[in-house]
Amino acid sequence: MATEDATRKRSPEDTGIETTTHDLPDSETCQRIIEKMLLIRRFEERAGEMYAKAKIGGFLHLCIGEEATIVGATQALRDTDYLMSTYREHGQALARGTSANSVMAELFGRVDGCSGGRGGSMHLFDFERRFLGGYGIVGGNLPLAAGVALASDYEGTDDATLCMFGDGATNQGTFGETMNFARLWSLPIVFMVVNNQFGMGTALERHSAETNLSNKAAGYGVPGMRCDGMDVLDTHATVSEALEIARTAREPQLVEAVTYRYRGHSMADPEEYRTKDEVEAWRPRDPVETFPRRVLDEGVLDKKTIEQLGREAMKTIDDCVEFADSSPFPDLASLYDNVYVIGEQVRAPWYSTDSRSPDTHRGEEERDAGDIARELAEAGAAHEDETEPDIREARSHGEGG
Amino acid sequence: MAEMRYREALNLALREEMEADEKVFIMGEDIGVFQGAFKVTAGLLEEFGERRVRDTPISENTIVGMGVGSAMAGLRPVVELMTINFALLALDQIVNSAASIRYMFGAQVKVPLVIRMPQGAGHQLGPTHSHCFEALYLHIPGLLVAAPSTAADARGLLKAAIRDDNPVIFIEHETLYGRRGEVNGDEPMRFGEAAVRREGADVTIIGISRMAETALKGAELLSSEHKIEAEVIDPRTLRPLDLDKMIESVKKTNRVVVVEEGWPHGGVGANIAALIQEHAFDYLDAPVGRVTGADVPMPYSKPLEQAAFPHEEHVVQAAIATFRDV
Repeated sequence: MATEDATRKRSPEDTGIETTTHDLPDSETCQRIIEKMLLIRRFEERAGEMYAKAKIGGFLHLCIGEEATIVGATQALRDTDYLMSTYREHGQALARGTSANSVMAELFGRVDGCSGGRGGSMHLFDFERRFLGGYGIVGGNLPLAAGVALASDYEGTDDATLCMFGDGATNQGTFGETMNFARLWSLPIVFMVVNNQFGMGTALERHSAETNLSNKAAGYGVPGMRCDGMDVLDTHATVSEALEIARTAREPQLVEAVTYRYRGHSMADPEEYRTKDEVEAWRPRDPVETFPRRVLDEGVLDKKTIEQLGREAMKTIDDCVEFADSSPFPDLASLYDNVYVIGEQVRAPWYSTDSRSPDTHRGEEERDAGDIARELAEAGAAHEDETEPDIREARSHGEGG
Repeated sequence: MAEMRYREALNLALREEMEADEKVFIMGEDIGVFQGAFKVTAGLLEEFGERRVRDTPISENTIVGMGVGSAMAGLRPVVELMTINFALLALDQIVNSAASIRYMFGAQVKVPLVIRMPQGAGHQLGPTHSHCFEALYLHIPGLLVAAPSTAADARGLLKAAIRDDNPVIFIEHETLYGRRGEVNGDEPMRFGEAAVRREGADVTIIGISRMAETALKGAELLSSEHKIEAEVIDPRTLRPLDLDKMIESVKKTNRVVVVEEGWPHGGVGANIAALIQEHAFDYLDAPVGRVTGADVPMPYSKPLEQAAFPHEEHVVQAAIATFRDV
């Protein structure tokens, strides 16, 4: 519902964040940063299109505008460090090195998706690259990340964990609980609040009594730093410093990246809570524009190279959509796979633990219900649109994800 | 062969598994210096040190979440929640994380986590410390659920739980902590194997958690006062559930009563009754009987509290009822 005081204009200057100018790194690093930011931007734009075409179901949260925060932070990690995110994590997975193919396939709900089609947009995961997931519960990933850091500490490694979450998560009980634990047990962890100015549709100053979020863990002994989340170099420098302290001094840190999401909370967001002026006020900070421009202006890379990076990103995206679309849906017979680890206590699939009639509950594969389910799956959202036109409409008004 | 208390059997299982595997560690509220609200972890801090025996702040949801995270990263945590009612604060991490993570991330990780929690009425602890929630956890795919009623089972099942790669909800009972029993050998037990506590041909009585004990007392009364010989079965674990043994017994007795301390609606008994009628309908000579806790928050006042959970007299009545109107 649009009301006068529910709409807002909070410009970049109002955040109190100071812009700084870090020296550009070497050309190879600049190129990698541009590659990753462009890949994420193009991926998200295309994912939005695929959602509109109903290739992607559920909710879709895009990170457009947050690329510098994501790339700056993840570039500060070692390969052996752990990264944990919240939902809106396509960028984190891509930045960590998960292929666009497997991320897009996951959004399409296909068998080649990074979570085998079980997770979807909010639950990407890539254990090999130590990207331990997106999570659908706001604040739910903080305790998990602290547990991962505990394991690193317990095993005596010098791996650190970076845990990213949104501004809205700082209001959850798990935020305070986890900060307390992390400091009490001296865990090697950096908490990073991606302050994109909104907890879903509620503006920062309407959901948090303290709007300088880097202050919010001070009472637990976890010091805060702020960085310009629209500046990849500032983000990188700040997160690097925080990781170094967490890793070597075993003092957990909180980093607030002040950034902005140009798109709605999800694709189903009519954006009645902010003004177009506000979005426009943040446009000049768009990292996907500003960083390559500066690299060009300072002569670190030439125009041809940057244009080539753009073309390569587009090619990767074209390919990943083709890949996702040609990947099959998971076999319906695999519905019950991996609910349990089969072993000493669970010797057969899921129904053996439940002991309900396998005839009834395994029947999805064997009986009529299976065919209906398969047909529905294959028809995808096209079926949904034809037969239940109200669903997507209802989403845009009443979604909660 | 040794006789020991239920709490000592749990303590022994923890000690043995911690000795056997460096990755096993325990954490929870007041488990270290205080040695556990029910003294289950007595002596472990002294023996294993603060790295492996961790006192936590009172933050149940985060305690469990950290258990899940550390399990994902390769450890084998055993988390203690002080009571089953406090565990409700951790339901988010139990359901949304522990039970779901392996499945929702395409089996890339496992979560070898044990969450211990005591339940049960009888100590006048009122409506926030006395409930029985086996049914709540039974509901959730991805979890294993154990509810041991003897010292031997407590030890054998806890060892099995710690060695298993699935998240396990391990439900203890406050009244049972002081009970003595024989504990033999040092092997872990198998989940999904019910125990026949008493053999009989007339009626099957299935007792959950502490109610296995109450069911046995009821069976003795049925024998001495009514000449009814009941077969008493303790499922020991609810996921997996040894339905075969129950069905086998029902085929012999044609009558069955399920006894639980928790609430009636959506309870363990409701689930078992549904399973039995699905699998053994033709063998039943009477409707499946249920004895449950009263459908109220647990009251404090002693007579009210005693009236709110099942005793052997209720078991006797329910068993006799299966012989009426046939």
